Amino acid sequence: MDMSSGDLNAPHSMGTTIIGVTYNGGVVLGADSRTSTGMYVANRASDKITQLTDNVYICRSGSAADSQIVSDYVRYFLHQHTIQLGQPSTVKVAANLVRLLSYNNKNSLQTGLIVGGWDKYEGGKIYGIPLGGTVLELPFTIGGSGSSYLYGFFDQVWKEGMTQEEAEKLVVKAVSLAIARDGASGGVVRTVTIDKDGATRKFYPSETLPLWHEELEPQESLLDILSTASPEPMIS
Amino acid sequence: VTNSAPSMINLIGSESDSQRTLYPYVTGTSVVGIKYKDGILLAADMGGSYGSTLRYKTVERLKTVGKHSIIGASGEISDFQEIMRNLDELILYDNMWDDGNSLGPKEVHNYLTRMMYNRRNKFNPLWNSLVLGGVKNGQKYLGTVSMIGVHYEDNHVATGFGNHLARPLLRDEWHADMTFEEGVKLLEKCMRVLLYRDRSAVNKLQIAKITEEGVTISQPYALKTFWNFSAFQNPTAGAEGSW
Repeated sequence: MDMSSGDLNAPHSMGTTIIGVTYNGGVVLGADSRTSTGMYVANRASDKITQLTDNVYICRSGSAADSQIVSDYVRYFLHQHTIQLGQPSTVKVAANLVRLLSYNNKNSLQTGLIVGGWDKYEGGKIYGIPLGGTVLELPFTIGGSGSSYLYGFFDQVWKEGMTQEEAEKLVVKAVSLAIARDGASGGVVRTVTIDKDGATRKFYPSETLPLWHEELEPQESLLDILSTASPEPMIS
Repeated sequence: VTNSAPSMINLIGSESDSQRTLYPYVTGTSVVGIKYKDGILLAADMGGSYGSTLRYKTVERLKTVGKHSIIGASGEISDFQEIMRNLDELILYDNMWDDGNSLGPKEVHNYLTRMMYNRRNKFNPLWNSLVLGGVKNGQKYLGTVSMIGVHYEDNHVATGFGNHLARPLLRDEWHADMTFEEGVKLLEKCMRVLLYRDRSAVNKLQIAKITEEGVTISQPYALKTFWNFSAFQNPTAGAEGSW
């Protein structure tokens, strides 16, 4: 029994920030792009928002392997379900399939997921599926280690019935704030917006994101600063 | 009612033998229930905690079961959702007989007890403590089942922290044939104490009522709290650094 790492049984969130938000007409899913193995950033431009069907996407956090295999199985089942149904599957069915895998393998899997999409019966829907396999249909939800820094933020700024633009801006701002403080989150902000017309992917490199507290405007080189600065730029 | 130290389980068989739930993830806290003049009252808050984080604040932990009963659950929410799937199926099959008979609270409580105990015997418990209340043919019923299958009926029951904080209040103030108003006030007193003293409590709760007429669950609401004791104003005035 390893004592050094404290309470091993407390749930712990893993590298990533993921967000799912509903708005008036659809949903916006957002995520950072950092995959780490220990302290090393294995992939600085990963895509954590994975497609399940044309109208349903999933945000993955926790173990990359576990979240990928769950997504792959669900995509496989949904594909067959769509053929049998003869029309696009609902977001609820997708979420329930994810639940089955997460709940029935709760002792082996370490992945927190957010399922989001649009169908003609219920419109835009977001389902949060944390560790253990609980499913909760929510107006918005956050996940991953970076989400710890966003609970207060969302408590303050969340409101029902946002426009698509407001919702996208909110998601990008939130992921950006989490990246600023969470070492396990970083890279770029990716979003997927899903409405009645389908899914649209967007990509926000760091230059497009606002600067937060104690962050400086990136420069090409000190030399540029020196050349444009006043007579005494080098402070001793 | 306690669970044995999870680490001991490893001594009784290797990890690879079978799946077993070692610890819960998203949990609900106390449920409190009392019998009153017209039936049963249950109360539970709407929190779903994730370790020490108060993660979900609108989780319905009181659910109707058929026409005569309500179940309240504390513990792992995913296991409660699974229990509800089993119960809904049970009720459905019961209705399909279409014989005018319907499962009452005593039967549902027994079913739950078997479910929980059999899982416990396989070292793979459903990590919940449940309260089951109902009224059928004028008979009031209030029972509880724990994750290891311990079950009993009583005039007032509670799970989790409620065992320590609510039951003393209920023992003192419960009496037979309380009115609805008295019952609600007593439950709210218990819930307020839990709000003060249980870290995983959230200030959004529901109260459920079961009578011969039927089952209803209130809309979510919050309780007022009182902080204006003079002793709270300046508690460390005479002893700086203490608390």
